[in-house]
Amino acid sequence: MTLGFRALFVKEVMRFWKVSFQTVAAPVLSALLFLVIFSHALSGRVEAYPGVPYAQFLVPGLAMMSMLQNAFANASSSLIQSKITGNIVFILLAPLTPGDLFAAYLLAAVVRAVVVGAGVVIAVAWLVPMPFPNLLWLFAFTLTGVGILGALGIIAGIWAEKFDQLAAFQNFFILPLTFLAGVFYSVDSLPPFWQAASHLNPFFYAIDGFRYAFFGKADVSPWVSLAIASAAFCALSWLTLRLLRSGYKLRH
Amino acid sequence: MSVATAAVEVRDTSKRYGSLRALDGVSLTVEQGEFFALLGPNGAGKTTLISALGGLVRPDSGRLRILGRDVATEYGEARRLLGIVPQEVVFDPFFSVRETLELQSGYFGLRGNRAWIDELLERLALGAKADANMRSLSGGMKRRVMVAQALVHRPPVIVLDEPTAGVDVELRQTLWHFVRELNAAGHTIVLTTHYLEEAQHLCSRIAMMKAGRIVALDSTRRLLAAFSERVLRVKLESGDLPETLSRGATLDTAGWHRIPVENASQVEQALARLRESGAEVSHLEVAEPELEEVFVKIMARTEAPSREAA
Repeated sequence: MTLGFRALFVKEVMRFWKVSFQTVAAPVLSALLFLVIFSHALSGRVEAYPGVPYAQFLVPGLAMMSMLQNAFANASSSLIQSKITGNIVFILLAPLTPGDLFAAYLLAAVVRAVVVGAGVVIAVAWLVPMPFPNLLWLFAFTLTGVGILGALGIIAGIWAEKFDQLAAFQNFFILPLTFLAGVFYSVDSLPPFWQAASHLNPFFYAIDGFRYAFFGKADVSPWVSLAIASAAFCALSWLTLRLLRSGYKLRH
Repeated sequence: MSVATAAVEVRDTSKRYGSLRALDGVSLTVEQGEFFALLGPNGAGKTTLISALGGLVRPDSGRLRILGRDVATEYGEARRLLGIVPQEVVFDPFFSVRETLELQSGYFGLRGNRAWIDELLERLALGAKADANMRSLSGGMKRRVMVAQALVHRPPVIVLDEPTAGVDVELRQTLWHFVRELNAAGHTIVLTTHYLEEAQHLCSRIAMMKAGRIVALDSTRRLLAAFSERVLRVKLESGDLPETLSRGATLDTAGWHRIPVENASQVEQALARLRESGAEVSHLEVAEPELEEVFVKIMARTEAPSREAA
């Protein structure tokens, strides 16, 4: 990596921070609304894990879902905006390596995701008392889960040529996979077919493992979740770097 | 005796977009310290060539070097040696002018570049707008910022792709004054423009492109000498051109006679013959050779090659 990486990373963080009302406050509010509505509707009727109130069960899932969605949004929206407005030319004319581009966009996505995730947990703390999490598992699943979506965001930002293509990627791929990854329910409670389908969704492992950090309970072993989430992250990182090296849709 | 490395070296470079040949075997060399013009009609391939120098376009074949550094295999070094002002006005709406320049400086790994950024802001008359958001700037101001972005890492080779398109006289004068100084300080300047008088006055050598090919490449002086001429232009109130002058002269639709002359004494001789013939002159001017005439002649004589790839 070159020294230029730092500037691109700072630029990407500044970009979302300058509109933090939209990029941080709004997703925290959305997560709070989900929590209030679902916990009000389902508390007392659903017990996902024995001894864990439903509202508590929801919090890690909502925090992780918000992190995943915002990691994707940060990288993808920055790239598509730069491409469409044309100002990406000044990044491409600089001596930044593919590794610089990848690391800067990915780390900025991680920063935004962590800020949003922390915001969700802090905001709900006065509504739902949470157990202190195991920090190692928490960091491991935050980094792998957010890394997967950050890399996917870079890929989508490179691939999309129009905002509606990116919106389609987000609405028909990212949103269903995050919603159906066990945020609102334990996958163990699903019929066998949907259980098996959920196990094909890499986002499920990030959310399940993240929840394990809080409760010490999960639908699958956290080691299995970490292995699958890490493998998905590595595969997507490899693909992203390959696209950046090839200049796909960036250098014509 | 050592030969100085060329500032820009392009060898047999071709680029196709589908069946269109955007660059068709282009070769040219720009020496260090030159003020070089790359001219041609829209779609000639100028911007594609410039983009290839900056690594924005990957040629299908050929080699491009900036001060000896290959733009593909030594792209880091090559990009540090090159500053390009793109043709389109582009900006990042999230940042102020100063932030834009500091970030651009950072992309090149430069820290503590504030003094040069301040100088750029001052020289391009952007000081008062340093903390203004890019969105709030006029088109001309945005273009100045783009020039500053291209110069922020002090590149020895500077490429300006139509930097004065659609901008006011003030910016042109500010820009050319600054760019002339940079050239005098040893920077190599490559300029594309549709304002041919700018190229004629600024550039010592000119390449003309058409349909992805170089169709002329020579010093400005030689191109003007070969394709243009000094002419005495006269409009007659009464009478006709004497036969000694009408040979070689042309008459345009506005009624101006164009009489080729080589020097001041030939102008005097022509006027004396007009007086002797009794013709009454209503308007008179001496027109110097013009690059526009050279450009029109070269473009007209060059048959457009097929741009369809085989």
